[in-house]
Amino acid sequence: MSAPASQASSPTRPPGASPVLSVRDLRVEYSTDSGVVKAVNGISFDLMPGEKLGLVGESGSGKSTVALALMRMIRPPGRISGGQMLLQGKDLVPLPERTMRQMRAREIAMIPQGAMNSLNPVARIEDQIIDTLEDHATERRSKKVLLDLARSALESVGLRREVGRMYPHELSGGMKQRACIAIAVAMRPKVVIADEPTSALDVVVQRQVMDTILRLQDELGVAVILIGHDMGLMAQSVDRLAVMYAGKLAEVSPIREIFAEPLHPYTDLLIDSLPKLEDRGTFRGIPGLPPSLKSLPPGCLFHPRCPKVMDICRQEIPEYLELRPQQFVACHLHEERHDRAAD
Amino acid sequence: MSLRYLGKRILLLLAVMWTAASINFLIPKLSPRDPIKERLEQAAMMGGRNQTGLQAMTDAYSQQYGLGEPLWKQYLHALLKVVQFDYGYSISQYPRTVNSVIKDALPWTLGLGITSILIAFFIGTMLGALLGWPRSPRWLRAFVPASMLTSAVPAFVLGFLLIYLFAFQLRIFPLAGAYSRTATPEWSLTFIADVAQHAILPALALILFQLGGQALQMRGLMVMTTGEDFITFADAKGLRPRRIFSRYAVRNALLPQVTGLVMSLGTFIFSTVLVETLFSYPGLGNLINSSIQVLDYNLLYGITMILVFAVCIATLVVDLIYPLLDPRIRYEGR
Ligand SMILES: Nc1ncnc2c1ncn2[C@@H]1O[C@H](COP(=O)(O)OP(=O)(O)OP(=O)(O)O)[C@@H](O)[C@H]1O
Ligand code: SF4
Ligand SMILES: [Mg+2]
Repeated sequence: MSAPASQASSPTRPPGASPVLSVRDLRVEYSTDSGVVKAVNGISFDLMPGEKLGLVGESGSGKSTVALALMRMIRPPGRISGGQMLLQGKDLVPLPERTMRQMRAREIAMIPQGAMNSLNPVARIEDQIIDTLEDHATERRSKKVLLDLARSALESVGLRREVGRMYPHELSGGMKQRACIAIAVAMRPKVVIADEPTSALDVVVQRQVMDTILRLQDELGVAVILIGHDMGLMAQSVDRLAVMYAGKLAEVSPIREIFAEPLHPYTDLLIDSLPKLEDRGTFRGIPGLPPSLKSLPPGCLFHPRCPKVMDICRQEIPEYLELRPQQFVACHLHEERHDRAAD
Repeated sequence: MSLRYLGKRILLLLAVMWTAASINFLIPKLSPRDPIKERLEQAAMMGGRNQTGLQAMTDAYSQQYGLGEPLWKQYLHALLKVVQFDYGYSISQYPRTVNSVIKDALPWTLGLGITSILIAFFIGTMLGALLGWPRSPRWLRAFVPASMLTSAVPAFVLGFLLIYLFAFQLRIFPLAGAYSRTATPEWSLTFIADVAQHAILPALALILFQLGGQALQMRGLMVMTTGEDFITFADAKGLRPRRIFSRYAVRNALLPQVTGLVMSLGTFIFSTVLVETLFSYPGLGNLINSSIQVLDYNLLYGITMILVFAVCIATLVVDLIYPLLDPRIRYEGR
């Protein structure tokens, strides 16, 4: 099992830069009454400083679990059962909870999926920002300074300063999500994970919120992991795309390459299922269902649905390999080519 | 808070009082028993007096208590009593008025009841909050079955157990009453200590019963609240667990918990009646019990109306302070 070579250089990456986040063979399991669910089943990837990485996959493929694992917020009955999560070289997995708490928001932050209910209904918006500032403060700051910081944070996401005085129920969905973004970036983290940050919003507001995230990302130079299943949105937003299937990464490639020449048959189908201009409105799903995470099929997890399935796919698990610089894939179709290239 | 909302609430209060007054008036009328006749017969039997003229006497007294009038007139009269807060004479303790009998008993009930319910609410809520908090120490969980047990056993049964154990076997606390027979009611430390000593067992019975229920309810609310998105986000913000516990979880779980407290007032009053009776505590509860036994309709009517009024007022007060707890509630009267 070869881990992706993090030192590999590419046009989008200055040579010698080291990743802000390196995930190696990360595993997360949920123990349920009916068995162990391998929600994240050994994934590895690098995130460069200031990079925008998309993470897509069908519902239940483990995207949110990855996000929670990176925040070290997997709650029982789940647990991180293996692997490493190196944030600037420091592994988060073995950190004591106390230390990890201080890393959250300050080093690695999350924009929640359900912005509708992610704010404390009984507290003013500004107080919810101040809570974050206070619990990460290294020195005491006056209430006035904190208030000013909180309101400036709101301004930075395009909200008026007066919004700080309001309670969540007085805000629209888009405003709430902006407030959440303001809270998430208030401590200037190195990595922000946005788990379907716009899924509950209508299309126009979605666009605006997405623009806000991207503008902040640009201004702060923070690395973003954007989770979603909208390939179209990803195409417009991210530098690289990671495709997840049944708890594993099928493919990770720069966004241009992945649309031009998808390496994994699943990626191919995902792109193919995008509504095209000529047949607008008819969303063609991918035939078949993802496997049960409790009893995984042998060989390639995708083989029951794969149009290019070969004999070997039913027996042997394909290795996750860096086929070209910055392009990773786990598929037997490409192993031969890799072997040849390696010779 | 608008005046219009307040007006609406007071109208509702009046409607509840009216309904309660009507029910209270009607139910005793359905009973075939005649309080005056029974009392006179009792007196006659005990005194071995002549039975002749009993009916005439009954009629005369009935007239005096307004029991001989046509029903509609009695009904109007009963409503008038509520409005005037004047329930006439007590049948069993004549010539005392219902108001004066109630006035003697009310402080005891208020003292016992309010103290118990407040203690039960605070301790129960805090215990429940800890029980429903995932980071609480494991040993705390022993309180869950204990809470289930005490909340499942009626308050008067708890009272029996307490009396048997602490008053009868161990003789640490007095068996009954609100103060020692030898003590004279006054504002002295010794008397207050005496009252406290007498109040401990009945209060404990009421507290234990209420506390378990409050704790279990709060635990459920906490478990629900800690599953909310805003708790997950609070975690992601890297807040101190203490802050998440108090300002995010408890603060939100408290809202339905307070509503629940109001809902449980009825049960609580019912328990107080039984516990007071059990401990011969000279409060309203005991009085209700004895007035039912001797069919003192006037007294019963007065006490029930006071209790209904108390519940209405408590509900109104909680309603009025609720917007302070929950910013989503605004009584704009729109
Ligand atoms: N608390 C839990 N207990 C048991 N299984 C869980 C739990 N949380 C998630 N899972 C399982 O883990 C798998 C991955 O779930 P996850 O929420 O990460 O998927 P997702 O890719 O985010 O899906 P979606 O697109 O619907 O958000 C699913 O099969 C799910 O059933
Ligand atoms: S390994 Fe085989 S089954 Fe799996 S995606 Fe590649 S071709 Fe399809
Ligand atoms: Mg998800």
